[in-house]
Amino acid sequence: MNTTANTTPPGPPPSAAPSAPRGGTTPAPGGPRRRLAAILHRRARLRLSLLLSAPMLWLGVAYLGALAALFVSALWRTDTFTGDLVRELTWANFRELLTTEVYRTIALRSVGVAAAVTLIDLVIAFPMAFAMAKLAPPRAQRWLVIAVLTPLWASYLVKAYAWRVLLSADGLLGWGYGLTATIITLSYLWLPYMILPIYAGLERLPNSLLEAAGDLGARGRRTFRTVVWPLTFPAVVAGSIFTFSLSLGDYITVKIVGGRSQLIGNVVYDNIGAANNLPFAAAVATVPVLIMLAYLAAVRRTGALENL
Amino acid sequence: MSDPAVRLSGLRKSFGAVHAVTGVDLDIADGEFFAMLGPSGSGKTTVLRMIAGFETPTSGTVELGGADVTRLAPFERDVNTVFQDYALFPHMNVLDNVEYGLRVKRVPRAERHERALAALASVRLEGYGGRRPGQLSGGQRQRVALARALVNRPRVLLLDEPLGALDLKLREEMQVELKSIQREVGITFLFVTHDQEEALTMSDRVAVFNEGRVEQVGTPAEIYERPSTAFVAGFVGTSNLISGEAAQAVLGKEGTFSVRPEKLRVAGLGESVDGAEHSATGTVSEVVYAGPATRFVVELDAGGRLIALQQNLQVSSMDVMSLRGTRVRLVWHRRHEFAIVS
Repeated sequence: MNTTANTTPPGPPPSAAPSAPRGGTTPAPGGPRRRLAAILHRRARLRLSLLLSAPMLWLGVAYLGALAALFVSALWRTDTFTGDLVRELTWANFRELLTTEVYRTIALRSVGVAAAVTLIDLVIAFPMAFAMAKLAPPRAQRWLVIAVLTPLWASYLVKAYAWRVLLSADGLLGWGYGLTATIITLSYLWLPYMILPIYAGLERLPNSLLEAAGDLGARGRRTFRTVVWPLTFPAVVAGSIFTFSLSLGDYITVKIVGGRSQLIGNVVYDNIGAANNLPFAAAVATVPVLIMLAYLAAVRRTGALENL
Repeated sequence: MSDPAVRLSGLRKSFGAVHAVTGVDLDIADGEFFAMLGPSGSGKTTVLRMIAGFETPTSGTVELGGADVTRLAPFERDVNTVFQDYALFPHMNVLDNVEYGLRVKRVPRAERHERALAALASVRLEGYGGRRPGQLSGGQRQRVALARALVNRPRVLLLDEPLGALDLKLREEMQVELKSIQREVGITFLFVTHDQEEALTMSDRVAVFNEGRVEQVGTPAEIYERPSTAFVAGFVGTSNLISGEAAQAVLGKEGTFSVRPEKLRVAGLGESVDGAEHSATGTVSEVVYAGPATRFVVELDAGGRLIALQQNLQVSSMDVMSLRGTRVRLVWHRRHEFAIVS
């Protein structure tokens, strides 16, 4: 019984010796598992496709399939009287979405909130990431990364409600609820997603480049503008993809601290729940998907997608 | 002459409990090609970084042309550095890299361009201005780094293991090239290396570093022919020490002495020795044939061992290999043995 044969391809098994003809006319010693390992060792392509089958299946069925289902159901409608699903293709949902003033306002507001959150996170995250990657002693770096990560281990709801308490009229900050409160809370929630890619990008930036700029006469500001920023820009964009997309789809934070303001997510949620209009909810849900696709297409050229 | 290009006085640097540099005094003259040679961890790179301004000394001073720059930032010092990894800006083309320092100093565009092109020409990289560093070979990147530093006409050029990343062939070419570039521009070159051969072939003077201190400063010939400490004798070339009882028996004097391997002649036991020479008998324990020369390891009868290097003028590998295990007499001229401070 050979227990290693099924986990890792062994170093060239006897039958895989270069002198052995293909197809294994020399009988491989050991059991069928060992023979299978030998076959996989020889056929790199077969091995690769077996390894990739699970993630490809996941991507194909669970993700792209779900997206396709979303688009198709966005083209259905519900019967106004019975509330039953009518599986006929129609552009009615999208027509309503585009022609109704309030939906346009909400879509723009959502993009605005996502952009504001991204900008705030960038302004806070860059100096933090720089201090972590370039100024902190190596041992402190590890602790700082953990410190940045710990908020992610706490429940989203706990954090959102903590901000609700802080922001409430008689709370510690007492700024009240609304769009500003939503932006503040979302900025807090997604900050680690901006810090970590920038930190990684800055860590990859050799210190010698910063020293070289200084050596050639550049002060801090110029070094930042001409060396640090252009070389970490892809990492910044990578972070912004997280903060932007997470903010764009959020509806819980708005519900908790948003007061009466609504975002795209709320419209989707209300149409699934209260209004019981699943096709319209699907149509609304395609809006952030399309916005993100446009965003990704725009940033593709910066090389940011290699930084995720 | 006036002030030296670089003067280091009582320079020390500690990183926490680690004492990287423990008191360095050095004067480097204008226009000199000066090497700081030492094993890794000997403090030579830290000294270079303190001259560049990347590290602040724990104590002591750095003077450039008579002015104290110890506390100045790198961008306030009239030195430029060629980094070990070249540190070329990967998002700029070669020309923009070379022009960087001039742009910072607001040199007008036309002059900037002209000087950058001239610098590229001086390192034999005409026509490479439009390329990205990533498209260049190691040797070409090295020369871009050199041009980027030289174009600023610094008072001192600092080179941190400038040839360390190149393969042997290219390294030998660049040694010659660096030397001739230095002669053309007349700038003081101060370079750090752990390669003793590189230090000996390129520099006017060498400082040998060990454990944060300078063991010896001198011309390559002085360092090689007259090492003042056992460390220098061992690090620069092969240490061939005769000490203790062996020194008494062979040389008739107390102390530790060194003879370079190529100064030893491997002779038969019956070889006559004249008054100006010393000799010692022993057994050949190892023969290493290395093409142009052969190395003999000889265990002395008086104790200790010496390594003798003989040019293979007439003999071949077959001849020398048969000498293993034979008894020989090593002969050398008295003036080639020198006392070592231990």
